[in-house]
Amino acid sequence: MPDERIPGSASQAPADGGPRGRSILDKPVNRRWALTVLAGGIAAGAAAAGACRPLSAASEEEKELKLLAWREYIKGNYRHMTEAERAETIARLERLAQMQRGVDVRIQATDAQPGVMFGYAFNISKCKGFRNCIEACIHENNLDRKAETQYIRIFEMKDGVVDLDHGDATFQHEVPAEGHFYMGTQCFQCADPPCVKVCPVCATWQEPDGITVVDYDWCIGCRYCMAACPYWARRFNWAAPEVPADQVNPNQHYLGNRARKMGVVEKCTYCIHRTRQGRLPACAEACPTGARVFGNLLDPDSEIRWVLANKKIFRLKEDLKTEPRFWYFTD
Amino acid sequence: MHLGPFLKDALVSATTGGRRYHVWMGTLTAVILAGAYAYSLQLRHGLSVTGMNDHVSWGLYISNFTFLVGLAAAAMMLVLPAYVFEDVDFGRAVLIAEGVAVSALVMCLLFVVVDIGNPLASWHLMPGIGYLNWPRSLLAWDVIVLNGYLALNLLIPAYILYSRYTGRSPAKKKYLPWMYLAVMWAVSIHLVTAFLLAGLPARPFWNTALLGPRFLASAFTAGPAFVIVLLFFINRETRYTIAEGAFGKLAVITTVAAQINLVMLGSELFYKFYSPTHHGINAKYLFFGLDGHNALVPWIWFAIGLSLVATVALMIHPVRRSPRWLVTACILLFVGIWIEKGLGLVIPGFVPSPLGEIVEYTPTLVELGVTAGIWALGLFVLTVLVKVALPIELGEVRSPYLTEAPGAYRVVRPRSTRPRHDPVRPVRTR
Repeated sequence: MPDERIPGSASQAPADGGPRGRSILDKPVNRRWALTVLAGGIAAGAAAAGACRPLSAASEEEKELKLLAWREYIKGNYRHMTEAERAETIARLERLAQMQRGVDVRIQATDAQPGVMFGYAFNISKCKGFRNCIEACIHENNLDRKAETQYIRIFEMKDGVVDLDHGDATFQHEVPAEGHFYMGTQCFQCADPPCVKVCPVCATWQEPDGITVVDYDWCIGCRYCMAACPYWARRFNWAAPEVPADQVNPNQHYLGNRARKMGVVEKCTYCIHRTRQGRLPACAEACPTGARVFGNLLDPDSEIRWVLANKKIFRLKEDLKTEPRFWYFTD
Repeated sequence: MHLGPFLKDALVSATTGGRRYHVWMGTLTAVILAGAYAYSLQLRHGLSVTGMNDHVSWGLYISNFTFLVGLAAAAMMLVLPAYVFEDVDFGRAVLIAEGVAVSALVMCLLFVVVDIGNPLASWHLMPGIGYLNWPRSLLAWDVIVLNGYLALNLLIPAYILYSRYTGRSPAKKKYLPWMYLAVMWAVSIHLVTAFLLAGLPARPFWNTALLGPRFLASAFTAGPAFVIVLLFFINRETRYTIAEGAFGKLAVITTVAAQINLVMLGSELFYKFYSPTHHGINAKYLFFGLDGHNALVPWIWFAIGLSLVATVALMIHPVRRSPRWLVTACILLFVGIWIEKGLGLVIPGFVPSPLGEIVEYTPTLVELGVTAGIWALGLFVLTVLVKVALPIELGEVRSPYLTEAPGAYRVVRPRSTRPRHDPVRPVRTR
């Protein structure tokens, strides 16, 4: 939001201080001096724009925006909200998305369904490194396009070595490469998640269906959870995330793919907005080779249960005892 | 009734001084303002203006934080012999040490605040209106122990100084229990901060039982080293003389701690490299570089070199007893430990990442600016505290409501801080 204000105020600056701006422009400048003046101007401009706003006849919309922003600021932790409070904040967030970004979104608060515990299995024989899953994840979860945030990493591994240290997640060549296999990582939704334990404000927790979620509005951005995660599954919004309005996925969940803000942590939620309605996560749906098996661990007839019962399976870093609900298997 | 004049006199003390004092404070103010500007950029554009990223998610700020916690803790260690065992040589050093603790804590808290991505939400930490995840999160523990320690270190000296100012003898009954608490608390702030890192199996570089003791050893080295340097200047520049014995004892503490620190470092190196396992890969990156990535290698060897040279120098009696050499060795130690316990401790925990990817970290100008600003603010606070405390301690500034002659002051000074050899033998500085 502040980022949007800067270009506007900078372009207004010459109009406000015309002659002064001209005399500055007339001088021969070197780069450093120009940068200094520019930076100072931006700061002053932004401050002036901010300060003058309430004085100018505040339109109804601006008043509403301020009120909404304030209500959002003082609201509590999602986990401790009543049903009514949840409905109110969702209404506010939907309205804010409309006013600030011009997009109509529907934010759900679907709770975990009883008798459901999500699990994931990844077939390393089938994955060919196409990375359609990453692409689908980015669009489905409204990931920051500017910082190119990705929840999923696909490591290209040399045959015979199952050690991620020797894997390459940045390969740029035709796949599948000779003598290699592919291994995907994302949040493994551990049964005993170290990231949850360390959060100083309880902004992240495990839901009854096994998904570890983040309340983006409660997170203070200390990044302790990022240090605690053994699977490098968490991402931080180092700047305000940017998603072009026409690419926003309007089907959102409060604990999932709704708009994040600058300075907070986010992570894979097994597409909570889809999976709680009985659909597959976007990555599983997008996989062209069928390498991804997702399902309910508590349903004895589910495909994931069949895989766990009939395939040779392993998990990453089992020695850490975090009990990931994400298994690897081969054909 | 004394509070008004107390505050007024404190303000006068802090704002008057010679030309050098004003130049010093002016320079600090300029650096603070530059830091504030850098922080304003960070507030506007987010932490993207720093060199941190999803791989190295903590950087220069947390590095300085871990180091300064040690400085704050160690300063209090001097209090133990002085107040509890009534070691009079230490008496005058202690008040200064508490000033060091306060300013180090101010810097600690600021380094945490500037590292937070969403500082406006920090009220979520307040029990009552927010949720402090205590006792599960070590960061929650850290919030509690740091703030508690700051309160203790502000209130105890404030009480003692105020008593002096009003011509009363500070009542031991009133402050001694808090003093004991503060000393134990000092150990806790450093152990908690070490546990904050050591409790993460995801980061094998920190996940070692030796991390807590190593933190303490380096804190006991850097803390007294800093206090020695500070006392040396105070001794030379002010009428507040420090007994030679205090320097001797501080120097011995520093030397022994520096030796233990090196032993622990050697132990760590042996453990990581004699039978190299996958868990030693971060140490390999730090000390020798990994696949051509070696940004920290020169830093860590430079730091170890400084520590080694200084420790050996301090073990030679004539060197340790010469104030000049002592101060030089202390500065080397301080810088060495700052690098080792700062950059050399935090950054390698992230490189390579838990998935084995190597992304190196270089702080940006904005980050350096904010860091410099916080250090300048810490030194500013320290200078003000010392500047206010000294005249009161010396009996030069007293409440205007007191009727006795200034000379009467000595009568009311508590035994614990009265130099045994009065007048105090000043240490030779030249």
